[in-house]
Amino acid sequence: MQEIEHHYDEMDIVCERPAALLDTRMHYCPGCGHGVAHRILMEAVEELGLQEKTVGVAPVGCSVFAYHYMNVDMQEAAHGRATAVATGIKRTNPDKIVFTYQGDGDLAAIGTAETLHTVNRGENVLIVFINNAIYGMTGGQMAPTTLVTQKTSTTPYGREVPVMGNPLKITELLAQLPGAFFVTRQAVNTPANVRKAKKALLNGLKWQTLNKGTCFVEIVSNCPTNWGMKPVESNKWLEENMLPFYPLGDMKVPSKEELENG
Amino acid sequence: MAKIRGDISIDVEKCKGCELCVVACPQDAVALSSEINKQGYHYAVLIEDVCTGCTSCSLVCPDAVITVYREDRKSKKKTPVAEVRNVTGDIKIQVGAEEGN
Amino acid sequence: MGELRLMKGNEALAEAAIRAGMDGYFGYPITPQSEILEYLTREAYNRTQCTVLQAESEIASINMVYGAAGTGARVMTTSSSPGISLMQEGISYIAGAELPCLLVNINRGGPGLGTIQPSQGDYFQSVKGGGHGDYRLIVLAPATVQEMADFVLEGWEMAEKYRNPVLILADGALGQMMEKVELREQQPRGTRPVPDWATVGKTKDRERNVITSLFIKPEEMEQVNLRLQQKYKLIESEITRVEELQTDDADFVIVAYGLSARIGSKVMELLRDEGMKVGLIRPISLWPYPYATVSKAAEHVKGFLSLELNAGQMVEDVRLAVNGRCPVGHYGRMGGIIPSPEEVADVIKKMYSEL
Ligand SMILES: Cc1ncc(C[n+]2csc(CCOP(=O)(O)OP(=O)(O)O)c2C)c(N)n1
Ligand code: SF4
Ligand code: SF4
Ligand code: SF4
Ligand SMILES: [Mg+2]
Repeated sequence: MQEIEHHYDEMDIVCERPAALLDTRMHYCPGCGHGVAHRILMEAVEELGLQEKTVGVAPVGCSVFAYHYMNVDMQEAAHGRATAVATGIKRTNPDKIVFTYQGDGDLAAIGTAETLHTVNRGENVLIVFINNAIYGMTGGQMAPTTLVTQKTSTTPYGREVPVMGNPLKITELLAQLPGAFFVTRQAVNTPANVRKAKKALLNGLKWQTLNKGTCFVEIVSNCPTNWGMKPVESNKWLEENMLPFYPLGDMKVPSKEELENG
Repeated sequence: MAKIRGDISIDVEKCKGCELCVVACPQDAVALSSEINKQGYHYAVLIEDVCTGCTSCSLVCPDAVITVYREDRKSKKKTPVAEVRNVTGDIKIQVGAEEGN
Repeated sequence: MGELRLMKGNEALAEAAIRAGMDGYFGYPITPQSEILEYLTREAYNRTQCTVLQAESEIASINMVYGAAGTGARVMTTSSSPGISLMQEGISYIAGAELPCLLVNINRGGPGLGTIQPSQGDYFQSVKGGGHGDYRLIVLAPATVQEMADFVLEGWEMAEKYRNPVLILADGALGQMMEKVELREQQPRGTRPVPDWATVGKTKDRERNVITSLFIKPEEMEQVNLRLQQKYKLIESEITRVEELQTDDADFVIVAYGLSARIGSKVMELLRDEGMKVGLIRPISLWPYPYATVSKAAEHVKGFLSLELNAGQMVEDVRLAVNGRCPVGHYGRMGGIIPSPEEVADVIKKMYSEL
């Protein structure tokens, strides 16, 4: 293979691994969106200068080891209970910046009650929700967000509505709650979407200090391994199948006035 | 208008050869190497000196292993070369492009 | 001397928590302990700005306790049997992550939805696990309203010293009982040093802190368990607590804790009046269990009766301590029925006559 001559000394670094993301090899499968989501979340923490006052909560799911990578104080919650743990942290430490990072099974199945009530109370925390329409960690079982007809290890003939019900659009549901301050759905499958998702995380963290309610950022992501696809293929599948059902965009945005008299 | 010149460096030992950067690069400047790293993955490499430093590859990289560089021709970056302290306040003397903030 | 008040057990416990400088309380209503939540929502924030939150479930409560305890805050949750069952996963995580906190079970009758009447049916759950894995709770069993109050601060201090959850195991009768109680002075909040393991934001001068109970590598998980077992050994040697009444000359001993111990001491008086040499051992810490005290008594008595408001749970620990040296009986009523001292005295007389 031909060698390219590099010109690093003549140039400025415009994009690099954030220092808030530890220099450790991540355990995620090749091409997994968890890695991108981790990086942009830590970039956001770092850019806002919040590393010293942030406490994160990791879920049970593939991202159970988020605390091996995110260089902030972290707690590992029981499956589904991350938002309750975050509530405990934030209520006793209102000056800290608190976030949870949770998968669809964690947040929208076993932890539905905690999720809903945390947002309903308007806890001043950021909830980052990674929707990959599957249980990644346990080997590809059906998730609450699994699409109709989507095959998983527990829906071998595809998800059937009469048996398993419809995929749960929990983000739309949460956006209805007065306790929610900012609710948005993003994705990390293209450079443009990654930029937007990071912006959403920046806002979600920044607006926490206004003490006006919960910020909720869904990130539609992939699971190449359990979807049985190559990473590139999985992002295409995401675009063609997930995004029509889970359209990207803001569902609840604070008004100018809400942002001004903070 | 001439293209801005850019460059990337890849921490190949942490690369997992997922190819997401390859499809993200608008210049088709990245490809997977025929060599494998210690983890056994065909890692990504820059194959042509056409990088514009657009950061697309780096944005989609799940393993955060791509550093992107860009030439600072019109750099707004100012490097302080001296600092003078006096009673009216600190003055920074700078070289480089016009004053900015 | 501290302030004297006539109070219900539940209220005394709540008041003691405020005075002990509690930082956070998370709970869910359930009879017969809802008064604790009610008392705290009424009093705590106004007086000390302590967080008090009615959670959406006991599952949420215990996980809120986990989160807050992980920041070094002095936190508590209270519930009654079905609610405590629901908390078991969280309790196991708290024990695994070694977080100090105070749990209170105002025991009611079970199994299932059972009854709201007092019971000691949660002994096994409290001292033999309850949740999954090899862990231990320090379990304190008050027998008076004074102890309901005193064990709050003592419990937190033990929890913080050993980084271990502490459970106060009482029952509905103690919760409702009115007695005179001497209250301690108000302790200021926010003056305890933040523990170095607490997750309160990673400052530049230290590595990040992580609160977790997950250890994927077998060797590491085993080491964590061995370290926990060492800690439990230390706790056993340092804080086993027991009260002995007239055991020196006794040839028969009643073993009873909490409410049963109050009955047990009446039984003892009745039988002593009749000339029988009966003593009482009251375990105050149910874990660590006072095996040594029971074992010592077994050297000179002819028999034991484990008196419990259940079908026979603590009796297993009495038998372990006695180790076959003399007969160990059990007497218990269930469903919230509290046996009369005469009823128990008859049981002992019958047992004694057969020895
Ligand atoms: C109480 C409990 N039940 C079940 C599990 C097993 N479990 C671990 S992760 C998981 C699902 C994770 O899926 P998701 O939240 O979507 O995360 P992902 O791995 O997809 O990122 C399950 C069921 C558990 N750890 N605890
Ligand atoms: S199993 Fe799926 S979600 Fe989990 S790391 Fe692999 S690709 Fe990612
Ligand atoms: S995106 Fe990152 S991990 Fe994937 S091939 Fe490119 S450099 Fe390697
Ligand atoms: S920075 Fe842009 S042009 Fe350069 S290699 Fe990456 S994607 Fe291609
Ligand atoms: Mg998932």
